[in-house]
Amino acid sequence: MDTAELKVVIEAMVFASETPLRPERVAEALEIDRSAAKAVLDDLVGEYQRLGRGFVLLEAAEGYQFRTRPEHGEWLRRVLRNRPFRFSRAALETLAIIAYRQPITRAEIEYLRGVDSGGVVKTLLEKHLVRILGKKDIPGRPMIYGTTREFLELFGLRDLRGLPTLKEFSELSLDSSPLEEEGVTESSAPSREELN
Amino acid sequence: MSYEIRIDNFEGPLDLLLHLIRKNEMEISDIPMAEITSQYLAFLDAMQTLNLDVAGEFLLMAATLVHIKSRMLLPPDGVEEAEEEEADPRAELVRRLLEYQKYKEAGTALDSFPVLGREVFARRFPAPELEGADEGEFAAVGLFELVEALQKLLKGKPEASFHEVSVEQLSVTERINSILELLRGRESIAFDELFPSHPQRQELVVTFLAMLELVKLRMVRLMQNARFGVILLLPAVREEALEERLEIGDEVFGYG
Repeated sequence: MDTAELKVVIEAMVFASETPLRPERVAEALEIDRSAAKAVLDDLVGEYQRLGRGFVLLEAAEGYQFRTRPEHGEWLRRVLRNRPFRFSRAALETLAIIAYRQPITRAEIEYLRGVDSGGVVKTLLEKHLVRILGKKDIPGRPMIYGTTREFLELFGLRDLRGLPTLKEFSELSLDSSPLEEEGVTESSAPSREELN
Repeated sequence: MSYEIRIDNFEGPLDLLLHLIRKNEMEISDIPMAEITSQYLAFLDAMQTLNLDVAGEFLLMAATLVHIKSRMLLPPDGVEEAEEEEADPRAELVRRLLEYQKYKEAGTALDSFPVLGREVFARRFPAPELEGADEGEFAAVGLFELVEALQKLLKGKPEASFHEVSVEQLSVTERINSILELLRGRESIAFDELFPSHPQRQELVVTFLAMLELVKLRMVRLMQNARFGVILLLPAVREEALEERLEIGDEVFGYG
C-alpha cells in the first residue's frame, strides 16, 4: 500500500469509527507501526484544519474523531433539535476535583467542597463520566473514584494531561474580573483563550 | 443590612464564605473573623426566615467560624504553639477556601470547553441495541422463544397411547446429569437434541425443567442463532465443573 492509499484507508477508518479511533487499532488492522499510523492521523488533522470544511479531525480520549467546529454549535443544535444542556455547578466542581485529584474518595471530595457530594457523584457515575477505580487501603476501605474515557470524549480532551493547568491562588479572585489579572503564581498556566 | 438571598447560587458554605469575603473586599490573608461570622450567621438567619432548610454543612461551618473567632480572642497559649507555623487559627480555613476556589475555577474552565453534543457534534451511529448482539451471530434466548419451543415440543408429541404403562419416576437431577453428559467435550448442543424422537409428556417436561435449572445454576447458557432460530445450549462453566455429577436430590429444586 502506498502512502496516498494508506492515508485514504485510515481516513475511512476514522470516518466509520463510532468512538475516537486510537492509532493502536489502526496499526493493528493495517499491520503497520503505531508511529506510522499516528503520523498519518496527525497529517490528516492538519489537512482538515487547512481545508476549512464543516468538520475537523480532532484528538479526543487518546483517539481521533471527526467533529464539527465549536462556532457552528447553534446551527447544529437547531437542525438536530438538541437543547443546549447545562452542567450544574455542583457537577462541574465535583468533576474537576475528581479529574485533577484522582484517585479520590468521596470523603476527600466532600472535604474539598464542604458539602455532601453523594448525589452528585452518583449522577456522574450514572452518566459514565466517573467510575469506581477500586477501594482505598485504609480503614473502612472507601471507594476511590476517577474519570472515564467518556469524560475525555465529552470535553474533547486528548488525555488527562490535556486538563488545563490548575491555578494556584494566593488570594481570592473577584467575581467579575478575568482570571489573568489575579494572583496566579504559576506562570505556566494557560490563559482562557488557549483553553478554548 | 439587607441580603439578596439566592440560595441556589451557593453550592455550599465554602462558596458562601467566598462570596461574602469578595463582596466585602476582605483580605484573605487577614479575614476579620468577627465581621465574617456575623455576616455568615445573618445569612443563615435569613435563610431560616424564608423557611429554607439550612443544610447541616452550613451549620457546621457556622460552628467552625465561631470557634475560630473565640480562639482568636484567647491569648496565645504557651511556647509550643507559638512556634508552630500555623499558629493563626484561621490558617486551615484560608487554605480550604483557596483550595476550593481552585477547583471551582477549574470547573468553570471545563465548562468553557467545546462539549460533545453541545458545541461540537460527531457522527451518530445506530443505538447498540439495534445492532446484533456481540456474541457473533448468536443472541440470548428470550422467554417467549423458550415458551414457543416448549409449545412446539408439546404439540409434536403423539396425543395418546392405547395401552397403559406404569408411571416411571423421572428425576430432574438425573436429567440434569444426562444433559451434562451430552455436553461434555462439545461446544454446544441443539435444543432438539435433548429430546428423544417420541417423548412422553412427562419426560419432555422434566427435561425442559432440567434445562432451566442448568441455566439458573449458570452451568449452561441458552443462545439462539439469529438467522435460523435454532436454540443452542452452551456450557457456561469450565470443563472440570461439567465433569462433576450433581450429587443432590430433586428436593433441592423443589420437585421432590
